[in-house]
Amino acid sequence: MNLAIVLNVVIQGVLTGLMYGLMALGLSVIFGVVRVVNFAHGEFAVVAMYATYLLFVGLGLDPLISLVPIAIAFFAIGYVLQITLVHRFVGRSEHEQFILLVGLAIIIVNGLLMIFGPDARPTNLPYSLDSFAIGPLFIDTARVYAAVAALLVSAALFAFFRYTSTGTAIRACADNLTGAGVVGLNVKRLYAVTFGIGLACVGAAGALMVTIADASPSLAQSFTLLAFTIVIIGGLGSMTGALIGGVLIGVSEAMASFFFAPSMKSMFSFALLVAVLVLRPQGLMGRRA
Amino acid sequence: MKRETPSMHNRVNRRLFSAGLGAGLVAGTAPFNIVRAQGAALKIAVILPRSGYLAPAGQSCHRGALIAPKVLSDYGYKVELIHIDCESNADVARTQAERAINDGAQAVVGAFDSASTLAIAQVCEQRKIPFVVNIGASPQLTEQGYKFLVRNFPTGGMLVTNGLKLIKDELAATKLDAKTAVFLHANDNFGTAQRAAMDKIFPAAGMPFQLLESIAYDPKAQDLSVEVTKVRALNPDLLIVVTRAADAIKMVRDMVRQRFEPKGIISPGSPGLYDEEFYQALGPLADYAMYNLPWANPKSQMTQALEAAFKPANPGFRFPVECFNVGFTFEALLVAATAFKKAGTTDGTELMKAVRATDIAEHVMIGPAIKFDDKGQNVGIPSAAVQNLHRTPTVTLPADVATATPTLPIPGWQKRT
Repeated sequence: MNLAIVLNVVIQGVLTGLMYGLMALGLSVIFGVVRVVNFAHGEFAVVAMYATYLLFVGLGLDPLISLVPIAIAFFAIGYVLQITLVHRFVGRSEHEQFILLVGLAIIIVNGLLMIFGPDARPTNLPYSLDSFAIGPLFIDTARVYAAVAALLVSAALFAFFRYTSTGTAIRACADNLTGAGVVGLNVKRLYAVTFGIGLACVGAAGALMVTIADASPSLAQSFTLLAFTIVIIGGLGSMTGALIGGVLIGVSEAMASFFFAPSMKSMFSFALLVAVLVLRPQGLMGRRA
Repeated sequence: MKRETPSMHNRVNRRLFSAGLGAGLVAGTAPFNIVRAQGAALKIAVILPRSGYLAPAGQSCHRGALIAPKVLSDYGYKVELIHIDCESNADVARTQAERAINDGAQAVVGAFDSASTLAIAQVCEQRKIPFVVNIGASPQLTEQGYKFLVRNFPTGGMLVTNGLKLIKDELAATKLDAKTAVFLHANDNFGTAQRAAMDKIFPAAGMPFQLLESIAYDPKAQDLSVEVTKVRALNPDLLIVVTRAADAIKMVRDMVRQRFEPKGIISPGSPGLYDEEFYQALGPLADYAMYNLPWANPKSQMTQALEAAFKPANPGFRFPVECFNVGFTFEALLVAATAFKKAGTTDGTELMKAVRATDIAEHVMIGPAIKFDDKGQNVGIPSAAVQNLHRTPTVTLPADVATATPTLPIPGWQKRT
């Protein structure tokens, strides 16, 4: 077995996994604080992909730049969505939340189908076919840029939660909702900010995903499933867990494809999921309930 | 002793009267059914994957279905089409077939992909409604004894047999000395059927190269970087592929990124490499890919009529690119319409008898007259070698229908303009 080829596969897996991780981060943040599972997560990621595509085609904006306005716009969408719709379902039974968000997902996918049709929309970047040649290794330029951007966005998010007063207040809500209310925190507003941050993560991840995948409504379901798998492996509500889960899934898929069969890679992801659920139900970085 | 009253023999009771009236109506109006059918149009449900991951091909077939009534009308056939999207989902296909038949469909045409086609076949068999398969290569479609199904499309085995023979011809024509190949295929119903056919046919096909490995992949995967890395590690002379449009694009992109340049990229019979989406996404990188498939006969008057109808109806699409999907969808409708004209009835059983007895000499795709064997399979569909030249599918073999010569080895990615 050629070690360079194996290393190439591992690197590709890590880079892809970082993008997966950013996408799952949004889901984890929303669940960790608001305790609502966003079943329309993948659908929002695909909306972001289309937004990135339109900005590229219309204004020539590179996804690495357009991810900033898209993340801001998605923050606003998330904020408004939480205040107007989702907040009414906070504290209600899970199946009601499920129906609300699955309904939203169906509306989004069918809306995209009506507007853009079923064909995949490629964003042909000037560097999308380039690769870095390091000895015998060929590493996709676009994937490297996207993974670095995903790391930067994740770091910014960690810093926000760690060093800002709003971030600290949100963490307080997540840790002790009653206590947060007692000390006078505006929980409704903080929930809206959190939902906005969650969607901003998805927006940024969607913008980065166009560097490796074409925008298509059919991606939505698989993104949602992927984000769920990652978050469960990493630990529901754990941001570090989401990133680690993303990388684990990215690498395991790549290795399974290479050593076994590419068509078996999903099987390995789900095997990993089952193993985590059996051996550590709270996830790799999750806290025991 | 039992007493019999006169009324038991002579009285016509309500039940007897109703039965007699019913029988009389059926017998009396039967001849008029034929007369009425000849004046009316055959109602055909056209079920295609117009959304979902097979949408590009499904939409292409749909464009063929949209122009078919006018062209068929010019040839004296009357059809009324019900256009249905099965969303690239076999369960949806089954449900939609049920619904279409309940809504009055008298025949069904579809469904591009073998999984959906199988689901529809079961419904049509139960409801005794003729089902003409436009595209769908899985051998089991005509191996399961369906009485209400015919297929005017090659089986996976036929495609691979014809395709491998043409690959041999292509190598001979270009004098390319290829010693190794890797077979990369989608793991959907069609792809696995092609794989099974390759496994069966390749060892005895006497090909001049060795098949190093067969690699299956998920056509819905976001990228094929690992798959291409795996192929690159094997470094074959030829890459033999069975793809769909979206994954064919991903495959080429990853080959360019990883600077993997085989001497030829050849499909023994699959979509993907000739879809408009493929040309739009890849530009010059789409050129020189080869595929051995049944193709439209440019010399047929019916093909010319179809092209003349296609152009104004689809200004954004090119007939040479779409002729495969459009042609086979049109021919499936032609089979149903011809049978209806011949049978003169919409009765499913009678209509199916006429479908089974199809003999259409003038049609769109290359090859002899459309006929079906006992299993409902048209076994006389040949393939042509087609290569992308200047982003247009161009027939390169057999020589009598070719408009260009095959180019092998293919130029490197950086040498394309």
